[in-house]
Amino acid sequence: MALTTAPGRTTRTGSPRPHATRRGAGRDRHGEGLAGYVFLSPWLIGLMGVTAIPMLLSLYLSFTNYDILTPLSEVEWVGLANYERMFTQDPSYWHAVQVTLTFALVAVPLKLAAALGVALLLNKAWRGVGLFRSLFYLPSLLGGSVALAIVWVNMFNRDGAFNSFLAIFGIEGLPWVNDPDWALETLMLLAIWQFGAPMVIFLAGLKQVPSELYEAASVDGANRFRQFWHVTLPMLSPVIFFNLVLETINGFQGFTAAFVLSNGTGGPVDSTLMYTLKLYISGFTDLEMGYASAMAWVFLIAIGLITTVFFSTGRFWVHYSDGER
Amino acid sequence: MTAVTSTGARVGARKPSGRQALRLIVLIAIVAVVLYPLLWMLGTSVKSQEEIVNNIGLLPETFTPGNYTDGWRNFDFSFGKFFLNSAMVSLLTVVGNAVSCLLAAYAFARLRFRLRGVWFAVMIGTLLLPGHVLIVPQYILFRSLGLVGADWPYLPLLIPQFLATEAFFVFLMVQFMRGIPRELDEAAKIDGASPFGIFRHVILPLSRPALVTTAIFSFIWTWNDFFRQLVFLSNLEDYTVPVALTLFIDSTSQSAVGPMFAMSVLSLLPVFLFFLAFQRMLVEGINTSGLKG
Repeated sequence: MALTTAPGRTTRTGSPRPHATRRGAGRDRHGEGLAGYVFLSPWLIGLMGVTAIPMLLSLYLSFTNYDILTPLSEVEWVGLANYERMFTQDPSYWHAVQVTLTFALVAVPLKLAAALGVALLLNKAWRGVGLFRSLFYLPSLLGGSVALAIVWVNMFNRDGAFNSFLAIFGIEGLPWVNDPDWALETLMLLAIWQFGAPMVIFLAGLKQVPSELYEAASVDGANRFRQFWHVTLPMLSPVIFFNLVLETINGFQGFTAAFVLSNGTGGPVDSTLMYTLKLYISGFTDLEMGYASAMAWVFLIAIGLITTVFFSTGRFWVHYSDGER
Repeated sequence: MTAVTSTGARVGARKPSGRQALRLIVLIAIVAVVLYPLLWMLGTSVKSQEEIVNNIGLLPETFTPGNYTDGWRNFDFSFGKFFLNSAMVSLLTVVGNAVSCLLAAYAFARLRFRLRGVWFAVMIGTLLLPGHVLIVPQYILFRSLGLVGADWPYLPLLIPQFLATEAFFVFLMVQFMRGIPRELDEAAKIDGASPFGIFRHVILPLSRPALVTTAIFSFIWTWNDFFRQLVFLSNLEDYTVPVALTLFIDSTSQSAVGPMFAMSVLSLLPVFLFFLAFQRMLVEGINTSGLKG
């Protein structure tokens, strides 16, 4: 023990003993490495057992005609038949792709715009910020539930609250949720209604923008709009990026409200057939789990590609102030 | 720093109050729109069958609390059974996520080990991995283990949560821990603390806001989760609240609307109370993690 401490002391006083130093550092690293894997072990087991192996299983199944009724040992290898069927013989699959893309492309930008707009309003309010923030946040907590989907569907019924609101202005409303042209729009509104979660994150981001920057900008003669464009947006870009990635991926996975609206069918006329709902119907209603697995893999690759696009374009517009510090 | 803040506040106070008043009016209008569906749900839940069709306003003319008792007794089991099932699944999920994600996050945020960068990248990858992609093979796997439709059918819902598969929480905690000054670790290390000691005495106590945030989100997400519970629960007596609620939709008769709304209100109540009790900590947790990022 005395031997190991002595070289350390001499190292510090200026006569380096490379051998001892290396050994010391190596031992430290080894201890930390072991501890690292101890702490990581639940996650690693989960990664293998709950994520990686099921993923590989589903990749294999996507080339088979597996349904839950036949044992795994008797499944038939069908090659690319599931993928062929998906892309060429199943019009409702393409419908699901279209519905999902439309939903994400419209609902996500509108939701983020609402979130940022309200966050900007709230950031400048001189009192009641906490109360408003809580009230706006509430829908994000409740909105994903079956209960709220039920309420939403009833609100946009022919006899629902929305039409009674329109009646005040003498407009006769439609049975929105039963109309193939409007059912998906009601689901988009439900998504936008939950703008509170990204808003809270925007608000926290806005609080981090140093007020010196605004002072400097106004000294330089920048008006409010230029301050927003040249100070707020760049400083907020990491938060915008975070919200954009998260909300887009969530948007692609909308299931509950579509299930409730259509009672699990994706109707009316497949207008709310979100991708995940199509996957659920194939796997758990039609029991075509091989086909559903193929669908899952295409979904995974699509999400991966979209994420890659986000991250590779992100470096051009996301500004991290940490890097400069 | 304090000087700057107080100057900012003074500048704010000097602003014309007209603009602030306008801002307040706009905010109140948005609140009204945002809260309307919730208030309408509450009102409808105490309307009689006729009023649900004829009176679409917020308030009922005759207060009909009978919807609540009707809904509660609508099935062979009292609705309370579904609440117990949901509560059990949600609370166990909270425990699982808090423990397993904290351990993983500490490893990622503070410890140096082989392949850490690779595993971290994999973790970020799973962050974006849609749960729906895994549901089919997980169902097959858990079913082949005899866990689907077992006497206690909740293991397929819980096992992943005890294995830190909810990467969002791992990521949230890593981000939070990165904000804890490394000097504290270094000081503990100089005092002879092992990685376990640093975890126990430095990181764990300081990670409380991140743990609270994780617990709250875990509870609420699981309470509201529908997809996994729909897939894995097949017996009525095992149903959780969201799955049981969909049974109301199946019965298309108009008479079910009142009870359906009443049970919907009750199903949101725990989330609402949870939020009322913990919202300060929740927002604090978010803000602290953002502050140090």
